[in-house]
Amino acid sequence: MNVTVKRKTGAPKAAPGDHGTPAESGPPDLVQLLTPEGERREHPDFSVETTPEELRSIYRDLVLVRRFDAEATSLQRQGELGLWASLLGQEAAQVGSGRAMRPSDYAFPTYREHGVAWCKGVDPLNLLGMFRGVNHGGWDPNEKNFHLYTIVIGSQTLHATGYAMGITKDGSDDAVIAYFGDGASSQGDVSEAFTFASVYNAPVVFFCQNNQWAISEPTEKQTRVPLYQRASGFGFPGVRVDGNDVLAVLAVTRWALERARSGQGPTLVEAFTYRMGAHTTSDDPTRYRIADELESWRLKDPIERVKAYLLREGWADSEFLESVEAESEQLARRVREGVRSMPDPDPSSIFEHVYAEGHALVDEEREGYLAYAASFTDAGTDKGENA
Amino acid sequence: MAAEQFTMVKALNEALRRSLDENPKTLVMGEDVGRLGGVFRVTDGLHKDFGESRVIDTPLAESGIVGTAIGLALRGYRPVVEIQFDGFVYPAFDQIVTQLAKMHARALGQIKLPVTIRIPFAGGIGAVEHHSESHEAYFAHTAGLKVVAPSNPADAYWMLRQSIASDDPVVFLEPKRRYWDKAALDPSGTPDLGLHQARIARPGRDLTLIAYGPMVKLCLEAAAAAAEDGQQLEVVDLRSLSPVDFDTLAESVKRTGRAVVVHEAPVFLGMGAELAARITERCFYSLEAPVLRVGGYFAPYPPSRVEDAFLPDLDRVLDAVDRALAF
Ligand SMILES: Cc1ncc(C[n+]2csc(CCOP(=O)(O)OP(=O)(O)O)c2C)c(N)n1
Repeated sequence: MNVTVKRKTGAPKAAPGDHGTPAESGPPDLVQLLTPEGERREHPDFSVETTPEELRSIYRDLVLVRRFDAEATSLQRQGELGLWASLLGQEAAQVGSGRAMRPSDYAFPTYREHGVAWCKGVDPLNLLGMFRGVNHGGWDPNEKNFHLYTIVIGSQTLHATGYAMGITKDGSDDAVIAYFGDGASSQGDVSEAFTFASVYNAPVVFFCQNNQWAISEPTEKQTRVPLYQRASGFGFPGVRVDGNDVLAVLAVTRWALERARSGQGPTLVEAFTYRMGAHTTSDDPTRYRIADELESWRLKDPIERVKAYLLREGWADSEFLESVEAESEQLARRVREGVRSMPDPDPSSIFEHVYAEGHALVDEEREGYLAYAASFTDAGTDKGENA
Repeated sequence: MAAEQFTMVKALNEALRRSLDENPKTLVMGEDVGRLGGVFRVTDGLHKDFGESRVIDTPLAESGIVGTAIGLALRGYRPVVEIQFDGFVYPAFDQIVTQLAKMHARALGQIKLPVTIRIPFAGGIGAVEHHSESHEAYFAHTAGLKVVAPSNPADAYWMLRQSIASDDPVVFLEPKRRYWDKAALDPSGTPDLGLHQARIARPGRDLTLIAYGPMVKLCLEAAAAAAEDGQQLEVVDLRSLSPVDFDTLAESVKRTGRAVVVHEAPVFLGMGAELAARITERCFYSLEAPVLRVGGYFAPYPPSRVEDAFLPDLDRVLDAVDRALAF
């Protein structure tokens, strides 16, 4: 895609008096290029130019990703998935940053980056296997340079940093993005990743989606300093971007990736956004957050503002909007059917890939298991009935 | 108060509530334990009643949670820490084994570390990766820690009260698949057993089934099924994994002559290995059969759709019983 990103000055300045501002007090230094009303804004440091066609394609990504997510949520309610972590509200942060990457750039996600996976070309059905309980991953990370989902909070930021250190050793100009949440910023691993990335000048972009909540805990339970300012103590720049503004996210992430590529080291991007849904389908957000908050964020919806902009500029008409809608329904159908027809793994798969080179104990237990399972078949009864 | 029906979650909640009530130095801390009441609601309502200086929503940092609990304990508090799920205790493993477990000895007994670490553990609830692990052997292997695992609501209540009252650090493993089981409990009574005593959950004369936490119920079911075939199985609920009540175990095995240990963790180097070895040492001349073990395989905990194949079930327990009885 032909997005041009201009970075007009050096590292972003922290607003005076910012230090010590509780994170909850709102975003002082927010990069925004498209307002919630769908109007373009100029920013002194960041800009992005898109053709009407590019903007339509961004809109399509946003809508499809949201539709996919909604379908997964209903599939969980219908008992087809054991759990689902919805990205509702975070589409712009994910599509904006996902589209900023080159195919050879590597993404290290947490467990909610369905929109990034989409941009990297991972088949959305692949993401559902682990939530259905048929596998713990389900795709080859190297195929699209999109690593496996990571559930242990913060771990992947170190993996991303190490991978980026490898890129430097290889003399390549690829870059890495590590995704994590505001809650994750408290983990030791994340601080250690910042240290390593800084010391080794690793080409990694730390992309924190600050969706305001870590399950039931608001961001101020994790930090008393705006998250993007953390970076300065580690010696690299931090930028806070309107995470519901896909153009601003694209511009800022592009810039951060360019810095990485050109040997200028890591950047922390804090995408200021909001988790509109529950933490996961097993969570009940009414226990800890107020409806007003949700309503105020609803007015900042990442898709509505792109739509308003497209319509205002006359770059889209109802026919286009309907075609995207129709395409999203098609995607939902494919996902629904695909999930329902996903077979359960063979129980003996427990013993597969425990080691790359095999292991005598695993082999012994596999043989034991197979003989044991066969003893039920030989008896002509099903395992359950034999009890 | 007369005995009421309690789920294990409610029993644990009641134990925390009473402990907070009785001792102003008792604290509850962890991720989401406050307003949400914990992801399993074990701490439900405590934040409202005791306030946020006693029931503390911590940053999302397990090493930080345990490390600061150690500091609070040094300052005279009795922190009860919640780790959200078994698979998330590892970031805190360093603090638990290098610091918490050893400080009392390093201070030549001059300081006490009354920290209780509650961990919902083991599988059987169809969860995603890292939410079903049995890591008891790692902790039981570390001197300086006490490790316990209740199997029912009444034990959950009393054992948690006793753990909080203990001056030693206790790793308190909660079998999450038994969280919603109900049983009678009188919280104002007194406990029948000490924290580290095993319990004969069902008497029998032919073989001793040894289990703890989630597998006790399964073993009771196995004993009931075997009774229909005329086999009288004794079930011992270990309750404490460090220290182990070897006296109760040995007495039982000396009477029955046979033992099968059942746990969810992989068999290789699991609790069963130690139990089998000790029983062999103590009961060698009474044994009619080798001590057998039933447990998870030497493989990562599998995706939920195949966890039934991984976890011991009635058939695998009865199969081991038959093998032991056939000697
Ligand atoms: C080490 C660890 N501790 C606890 C958990 C349980 N847990 C899962 S998600 C979550 C909150 C994460 O919040 P944040 O990092 O802000 O990401 P978000 O889900 O909001 O995107 C917690 C506590 C975990 N997965 N890993």
